[in-house]
Amino acid sequence: MMECCKIKEVLNGFLSLLTGMKITLGNMFIKPQTVQWPRQEAPLPARFRGHIMMLANDATGFPMCIACTSCARNCPSQCITVTGKKPEGAKRKMTNKFELDFTKCSLCGLCVEVCPVNALDFSRDYALASYTHHDFNRMNLLESLDSPFTAN
Amino acid sequence: MNISLVSVICYLLGIAALVGLNAVILVWLERKVAGHMQFRYGPMEVGPHGILQTLADGIKLVSKQLLIPDNADKPLFLLAPIVSLVPIFAAMIPIPFTETIQVWELNIGLLLIIALGLLNTLGILLAGWGSNNKYALLGGSRAVAQILAYKIPLLICIMTIIMMSGSYSLRDIALAQKDGWNILYQPVLFIVYIIAITLETNRSPFDFSEAESELVAGFHTEYSGMGFSLFFLAEYSYMLIAAALASILFLGGWQGPFLPGLAWTLIKTYGIICLMMWFRWTFPRVRIDQMLSFGWKVLLPISLINFLITAGVLAL
Amino acid sequence: MSKSVQPTYTLEKVSDENFALNLGPQHPGTHGVLRVILHMDGEYILQADPVLGYGHRMQEKIAEKMTYQQNLPYVSRMDYLGALSYNLAWVCAIERLCEFEVPERAQTIRVITTELNRISSHLLWWGAYLLDLGAFTPFLQAFADRELILDLLEYVTGSRLTYCYYRFGGLPSDVDDVFLTRVSDFIGGFRKKLPRYHALVTGNVIFEHRSKDVGVILPFDAASYGLSGPILRGSGIAYDVRKHEPYSGYESYEFTVPVDDTGDCMGRYNVRMEEINQSLNIIEQAVSNISDGPIQSKVPKILKPPVGEVAMAVETPRGELVIYIESDGSKKPNRVKYRVPSFANLSIFAKLARGQLLADALAVLGSMDMVIPEVDR
Repeated sequence: MMECCKIKEVLNGFLSLLTGMKITLGNMFIKPQTVQWPRQEAPLPARFRGHIMMLANDATGFPMCIACTSCARNCPSQCITVTGKKPEGAKRKMTNKFELDFTKCSLCGLCVEVCPVNALDFSRDYALASYTHHDFNRMNLLESLDSPFTAN
Repeated sequence: MNISLVSVICYLLGIAALVGLNAVILVWLERKVAGHMQFRYGPMEVGPHGILQTLADGIKLVSKQLLIPDNADKPLFLLAPIVSLVPIFAAMIPIPFTETIQVWELNIGLLLIIALGLLNTLGILLAGWGSNNKYALLGGSRAVAQILAYKIPLLICIMTIIMMSGSYSLRDIALAQKDGWNILYQPVLFIVYIIAITLETNRSPFDFSEAESELVAGFHTEYSGMGFSLFFLAEYSYMLIAAALASILFLGGWQGPFLPGLAWTLIKTYGIICLMMWFRWTFPRVRIDQMLSFGWKVLLPISLINFLITAGVLAL
Repeated sequence: MSKSVQPTYTLEKVSDENFALNLGPQHPGTHGVLRVILHMDGEYILQADPVLGYGHRMQEKIAEKMTYQQNLPYVSRMDYLGALSYNLAWVCAIERLCEFEVPERAQTIRVITTELNRISSHLLWWGAYLLDLGAFTPFLQAFADRELILDLLEYVTGSRLTYCYYRFGGLPSDVDDVFLTRVSDFIGGFRKKLPRYHALVTGNVIFEHRSKDVGVILPFDAASYGLSGPILRGSGIAYDVRKHEPYSGYESYEFTVPVDDTGDCMGRYNVRMEEINQSLNIIEQAVSNISDGPIQSKVPKILKPPVGEVAMAVETPRGELVIYIESDGSKKPNRVKYRVPSFANLSIFAKLARGQLLADALAVLGSMDMVIPEVDR
């Protein structure tokens, strides 16, 4: 009697192995999920969090930031450095230096949320690679924007 | 059989080329099969569809520093990969790839191959002991326990085939299957044989001696660069020998309709290798004591009963 | 270089044949930087002593230096696999302390995202457990499906692993109908894929032999060592924080708490697979019952909770997490204590590993589903 049960056990075990093999064979005919970067690119969602970037005022092209330092004070990693001063004839301060230490940033988004004038947003930059950390240590976020303080 | 020194050297060079080419193909094939079974592509960068990937791996491995651990037994440590690799060249001598392509026709060819297959385990044990590393030692001792349990069912399988064919020579065994392949008469034996060679070559689900998640890399933990690649090469070459043996013992060797003999040998051999790869990527690892009890309590009785039935049928 | 202080452990039976094996902080089988000193007799373990602290990041001290809002990214990085549960615990703790009301739509979205996170954590556990046992394909099969969940959560939050999505009093951004449709499609598609998981693994004879009767935890031990989560439920005790102390609207969903009486690795496996099923049910109910409305209630910009203390328990994929906050009325907490589930779950490992084979001990470690950065905080 025991021998019969044993044989049934062995047979059932063998059949379960064959079921597993059938699944992996089936996998071979399913199209792979991989997106072959850099030849193909995966679509980024709208809320993707790259490093933060400054938004420009539509009319003037100057950054909207008023250098209130709310973002710097709210950052858990203390990676934002903002300074600002009033340009001649303007009512509010404007930023003349906005540096991000991306080596410390955790992409939490508190700076984007807390900004009272919505001057910050996430960028879509993900292909960031470099040989030194100096490229990300002090990212100058005002580079690509016009500013009343730049020499040109 | 009178052969000259020149032809022996030619044949040995041919075997060396075959071993190298086989390793190149198998590494690529394994990674591609693994990739597609896992919803991904496998190597795609180096060469079209990653064909040159093995070359890139080889260059990388050769350029690595050869490290020898501090208190390791230096002669044993350096000897172990060589002990694993060298018997392959001798084991390939009696294998007939077609009716005419064979290095040397030995009338005890099968015995030679089985005897030399044991030296792989010796290499693993030497690596395990000589590394001065507890993980490697565990891997090496597991390999010895494994081989002791599985050689006997394997030998009984082969004895059954020898009984059916009447000769130890591989060529004669293949020729004796002219009327029908052995797998038709002995399907259970074929399954036992496939399990036994998966064990002998330390392939998953029986890869305890190099279990990645338990022993960090088992017996080859301390090897880097060329030492590791020699073990790798040895594993794939033993797979080739075992699969070639399976195709000769059970599937009729080079015989088959339409295509030339060499094509059939390659198809059958690589078909069995693909089967072994399929096992690797499907099943979890068996525990060592379960494997031992499986070997002694299931495989041995099955192969013995098969042997007795075959002997009875042949006597009648 | 100063010599580090090595802890000394006494062994009951010392003989020439025993040796100490260091399952070091770097090992493919421990889930993170866990070090276990194993005294072994051949393949059998005589004594196992875990050594912790290799990933200590002083989270509790950092929390004292940050304001309540600034601590949000830190909590999700403790258990990166169940990050939304930790976020939920922190946010609900402050809401309990300050007595903020959370709008219903926000609560429903919180439940949907937390349960999606739970499924993704259990999928990763499934793959990693089988990787510990030596099967390579299930890991990638789980990740292929987990990608779908991560895409869903990335659509909503912007992050894939360490989310920072909940805020005090609600959520920072709303979800749209596209998301809800995608979630429903995902549920339907994943329900069809689950039988493949069971066919590949659950019925497999090798897997059964490796998991049945391995690492049996008796109910009395489970209760006295303070275990929680699927480990506790795998030993027969039906305790789930979502049922016993409901939070964030869990009392309005119908789901069962899976329990298994055997207490071995197979039991814990079955509990987690059934939990995936139940999470799918919860998400389905949440998506169909979601109401329109605001997602954020009015909270002060600079938060100064009243003086007092609060303890908040949530059910993470690993077990019961309790966050205890003591506030002295200022912007920063006076003391924060995280009672993490993996720390208690690890405490039974030393007892379970005794007398086992090394392979079994690693299977037990895998079935306990621990995240070591959470243990070390």
